[in-house]
Amino acid sequence: MQPINARSFHPLALIAELTHRCPLHCVYCSNPLELARREVELPTDTWVRVLREAAELGVMQADFTGGEPLARPDLVEIIRAARGAGLYASLITSGIPLDEKRFEEIVGAGLDHLQLSFQGAEEESASEYSGTRTHAQKLRVAGCVKRYRIALTLNFVMHRGNLGQLEEMIALAEEIGPQRVEFAHVQYYGWAFANRPRLLPTRMQLDRSLETLKKAEERLRGRIRVEYVLPDYYSKFPKACMGGWGRKVMLVTPRGDAMPCHAANVIPGMKFENVQTQSLRRIWDNSPAFQKFRGEDWMPEPCRSCDRRAQDFGGCRCQAFLMAKDAAATDPVCSLSPHRGFVDSIILEEGREISREIKTPAMPPSKVEWFYRPNPA
Amino acid sequence: MAPTALPDPEKRPRLAPGCRLAENAQQPRALQMPERVLQLNGPSLEIVQRCDGKHTVREIILDLQQIYTKTDPLKVEQDILEYLTLLQEQRALDFE
Repeated sequence: MQPINARSFHPLALIAELTHRCPLHCVYCSNPLELARREVELPTDTWVRVLREAAELGVMQADFTGGEPLARPDLVEIIRAARGAGLYASLITSGIPLDEKRFEEIVGAGLDHLQLSFQGAEEESASEYSGTRTHAQKLRVAGCVKRYRIALTLNFVMHRGNLGQLEEMIALAEEIGPQRVEFAHVQYYGWAFANRPRLLPTRMQLDRSLETLKKAEERLRGRIRVEYVLPDYYSKFPKACMGGWGRKVMLVTPRGDAMPCHAANVIPGMKFENVQTQSLRRIWDNSPAFQKFRGEDWMPEPCRSCDRRAQDFGGCRCQAFLMAKDAAATDPVCSLSPHRGFVDSIILEEGREISREIKTPAMPPSKVEWFYRPNPA
Repeated sequence: MAPTALPDPEKRPRLAPGCRLAENAQQPRALQMPERVLQLNGPSLEIVQRCDGKHTVREIILDLQQIYTKTDPLKVEQDILEYLTLLQEQRALDFE
């Protein structure tokens, strides 16, 4: 076993969760169930310092996300600070609320890339999943972005309910004409974990969508970069979550906690250092949370002797905790995991649920009981 | 997979919106675009610096053939066309 030396890795991306406030109520939001309120959010000058420290640490890009980052009145200043520090600035947004005047200011501050999320191909279903009527506004924002020299990504969040609209979504993307389109299947953490019984697709749905996506990727090559993320419950091997724990990414929450990923606070006993009291460098190098699953010393079998351990790093720690109740277990989605049976039983059980839904169409979609995320004060 | 057609020698490649050289002094010589960083070596940096909407593909080839005089000019041409194709597949270029 080699000693763990944090300096042999440096983070490439800083995920800056500026706020948990958001006008949308998406049923698969990746935010934690307990949302941070406005009064605990980091002040502007702390973000400005954090961005400078990130660049010094070797970070290349800052992804501004939330919640809805547009809810921060100081967003322009924060983006300007990112560019000033030498970072590539990405804004991950629902486009609500955004008018042309504010957008011009954001572009003027040096924004490189805007990623606009879509919940569906049309207003009706999109409204069900976001708990708001915002689809038309998103189309207006996309049209507005196209008039400026910044990159545009459309991000369609996929799940069982909207996989059937994939062709229409691809057509919509072609009509808008971004540089990049992402079909990102919901990953089961946060609100999506709570709503999983209604979100998990069937194997057949998934296979069909993959075929459609591959054709689109081929047809649009050179015009639109097509990327997709599949639900890992159907994978044979786990995803290299975050490119490995504490290897490539650092996430800072609205209140300033520095975490290795979005969901790490579900793991009991983890203590996250706060950027208000420590520098990013010190946290990256020394914080017990970042050290916890770095390297290979923590790995159990079958990971410890597996050839794939340098590829997938044992998969996702949060998923291991959520399903196997042990954050240091092999990711249960791995076909070699002793807990794989648990994932298979979820797929089987939810497959039965889907056939019941199909057999009893008397249940109208409006009766579906979603857990909508609230907008914290 | 169908390969993208090689770029037209008379077209002028320009870095696409949101695609630019890195500005972080810790990590120079990299091309940044949405969710991707490409490390640049000497020749790829020379190519990217000329993707400014002013140089034609043909001019880029002629320029680099004069810099890399020890390399077979045909090889230089082929490498440049392949690299521009790769960048286009990443949607890092517009051809004007």
